[in-house]
Amino acid sequence: MIFKPTSPQELAESVVAAISPFEIIGTGTKRAVGRPISHLNLLDLSHFRFVNAYEPEELILDVGSGTPLSEVENLIDEKNQYLAFDPPDYSKLLGSEHSGTVGGLLACNLSGPRRIKAGAARDHVLGLQAVSGRGEIFKAGARVVKNVTGYDVPKLMAGSYGTLAAFTSVILKVLPKPETEETIVLRGLDDVTAVHMMSTAMQSSAEVSGAAHVPGQGTFLRLEGIAPSIVYRRDKLAKLLDAKIEMLNAEESSSQWRSIRDVAPFIDNLKTLVWKISVPPSLAPSIIAKLKMQFEFRYFFDWAGGLIWLDSEKDHSSKIRNALPSGHATLLRAPQLLRTQSNVFQPQDAHLAALSKRVKHSFDPKGLFNPGRMYEGV
Amino acid sequence: MLTMPKPDFSVLARRSEIAAALRQIVRGEGVIEAPTQMRVYESDGLTAYSQMPMLVVLPETTAQVSEILKYAYDNGIKIVPRGAGTSLSGGALPLEDGILLGLAKFNRILDLDFENRCAVVQPGVTNLGITKAVEHNGFYYAPDPSSQIACTIGGNVAENSGGVHCLKYGLTSNNVLGLEIVLITGEIIRLGGKHLDSEGYDLLGVMTGSEGLLGVVTEVTVRILQKPETARAALVGFPSSEEAGQCVADIISAGMIPGGMEMMDRPAIHAVEEFVHAGYPLDVEALLIVELDGPHVEVDHLIERVSAIAKANGSKTLRISTSEEERLLFWAGRKAAFPAVGRISPDYLCMDGTIPRKKLPDVLADMAKLAKIYDLRVANVFHAGDGNLHPLILFDANRDGELDRAEKFGADILRLCVKVGGVLTGEHGVGVEKRDLMPEMFTKTDLDQQLRIKCAFDGQGLLNPGKVFPTLHSCAEMGRVHVSGGKLAHPELPRF
Repeated sequence: MIFKPTSPQELAESVVAAISPFEIIGTGTKRAVGRPISHLNLLDLSHFRFVNAYEPEELILDVGSGTPLSEVENLIDEKNQYLAFDPPDYSKLLGSEHSGTVGGLLACNLSGPRRIKAGAARDHVLGLQAVSGRGEIFKAGARVVKNVTGYDVPKLMAGSYGTLAAFTSVILKVLPKPETEETIVLRGLDDVTAVHMMSTAMQSSAEVSGAAHVPGQGTFLRLEGIAPSIVYRRDKLAKLLDAKIEMLNAEESSSQWRSIRDVAPFIDNLKTLVWKISVPPSLAPSIIAKLKMQFEFRYFFDWAGGLIWLDSEKDHSSKIRNALPSGHATLLRAPQLLRTQSNVFQPQDAHLAALSKRVKHSFDPKGLFNPGRMYEGV
Repeated sequence: MLTMPKPDFSVLARRSEIAAALRQIVRGEGVIEAPTQMRVYESDGLTAYSQMPMLVVLPETTAQVSEILKYAYDNGIKIVPRGAGTSLSGGALPLEDGILLGLAKFNRILDLDFENRCAVVQPGVTNLGITKAVEHNGFYYAPDPSSQIACTIGGNVAENSGGVHCLKYGLTSNNVLGLEIVLITGEIIRLGGKHLDSEGYDLLGVMTGSEGLLGVVTEVTVRILQKPETARAALVGFPSSEEAGQCVADIISAGMIPGGMEMMDRPAIHAVEEFVHAGYPLDVEALLIVELDGPHVEVDHLIERVSAIAKANGSKTLRISTSEEERLLFWAGRKAAFPAVGRISPDYLCMDGTIPRKKLPDVLADMAKLAKIYDLRVANVFHAGDGNLHPLILFDANRDGELDRAEKFGADILRLCVKVGGVLTGEHGVGVEKRDLMPEMFTKTDLDQQLRIKCAFDGQGLLNPGKVFPTLHSCAEMGRVHVSGGKLAHPELPRF
């Protein structure tokens, strides 16, 4: 059955009346992410498509969870504002139609290359209204940018993959868009040198807002802000890196970073398995070197090395997870069967897994929302 | 009047036995039971309230913290964690029948990792201590609560502390990458690390700002940043708070996020100028400090834009710092605002609400009316960029009923903040101070959901009870309970 509530009350009623679990969707663009949930009722939140408030000078945006991300981006772009965490568009990567809804973005806590400077989606969620698995409408946070009243429930909701509550509206922090951007490119670096260069840039005061290394293409460092400041920082970085550099102008830079953000290197073949691996940046080259001895794959680094994107034709879950001294690996794209059989998300130790289950239970004691999407029993 | 959980006399009766058990875990001077030695722990920064703890224990290792908590859990004893005790909301207020768990001996810096731009420290390291440890390489730790000289990073995590630069650089939660925590059961859990984003639920986000109710922090990994090359400040006087507020809104609308943007009202300006002689204009109603930081060329460019916006909004006075000395002088006044007010009044209460910035003139007007009703003076300092308001209520505790009146006035101010769409606390935390006001902002359903999170971490309500949540509910009542052998553990305990 498909439930398509039009109000929080109606949503709450459906949850109270539910006798079997729901799969929560916005527009369904990320249904192939996470452990599969099948044969369930669909809880479609696409009717929660509205703007409660947009106050550019207060830096807040309060929108329905089913509002398409592109609509939100267009709205705030008119006031020269943006979502600083760089929301990615995985539609080409996942073979879906568009970039999805704000609720879905938040549920997966997706952030792009600017994450290293501006923080993740979770850092930009100020509040929300949601319906718990008890069928209760609750709110958390508020329409102000600074608030420590009560637990930071909005952060907990970010990245919970719809397993805790169904969001009806979310309050986001919006920020002024940088006036312009440029990107420094270094060509022909090996992984070790590239990560070293990116680290050097990140350790400087040049305020680098993107640092990526795509083998075969180049090592990219993005500078954003007002034009005179970019010129100054570019010269400073050039001196510091002491290497031959090329520059991408604003347009080229923007398109380059969109490609990295949306994982364009892996959209040519929808059949490969795509891993999103978060590690301490300095460890990235040695992890890749270790894996290269074991199987064939393609890869590139974002987040100055802190994010490894990797795709391979065959399943090598255990090799990948064994190669990580710390951090975590998520199998972002894989056929349904594989997502059923192997751990999509990084396995947790027993204490953390038990705590996660208790947290799940505190919101959704009957296990009605996206059961098993993240972990068994969560 | 503040009601704390009723002491459990069966626990109090076992005091020496408990002390002996703690000595088995922490040898030597780490267990304190002499009243004279415990006296320093009876209050935190909210000195209006004090309470002697049953015992104080000062562990030095995570293993000891784990054993202490497990012992407390097995024996149904309450725990109050404490860093440096600088909380302004009573977060570390002891309980008569509780063990005060001091983390002061966790004062080591474990790892400075410039390559990965982070530092791993123990929770008792001071906020400024982190910056001191990394500044030789030009780095700093961004959140800068005014107590940064004394407050600990563990306390900052518990309170999700802010500071004057958090509009641009974020609160504690935006700058913490990893935690090691110990649950009340003694279980040790690691959340995050030197990598970005938590795996699984964002428990790191929930722990930050949980005010010591969910777990005890024993290790913190923070993000460190390269210091901005330079900073310049504009000191702008306005004939009214409306114009000053509009100036702030226009600066943000023009696409700028200044490193700091502070406002003071007339009473605050006068108190400060008399004390510090920072050269503040005395004939203005609102004074704004706008600080831009970054590369010289950028700062010089933006400060011109800020000046133009200030003039367009009818500024009466405008000074731009031309030297580091002058910039620091502008700040000297603002940073001395609390002691300056302390000079003109025997006592003051510092409130901490956040409001939508555009409501500032209304809130100030209503506050002035309340000041008349309560017959008390109030001075306002305001983190104008993010709408975080600190009204300082002036009173004399030696005069009959004045503390009570000041507290009621403060509560009314916070109600006002909520009424205009704001919140009870922007950076000081709920603690005991704003605990009973929580229903002003949250419905019972909202609060129950938060309490259930508490139950997921601490099913018996032993960690810092009496803080944050106004009502007593057992986790059993909340619909979640650990029942073993058909019996609730420790049925004699009050449950939150």
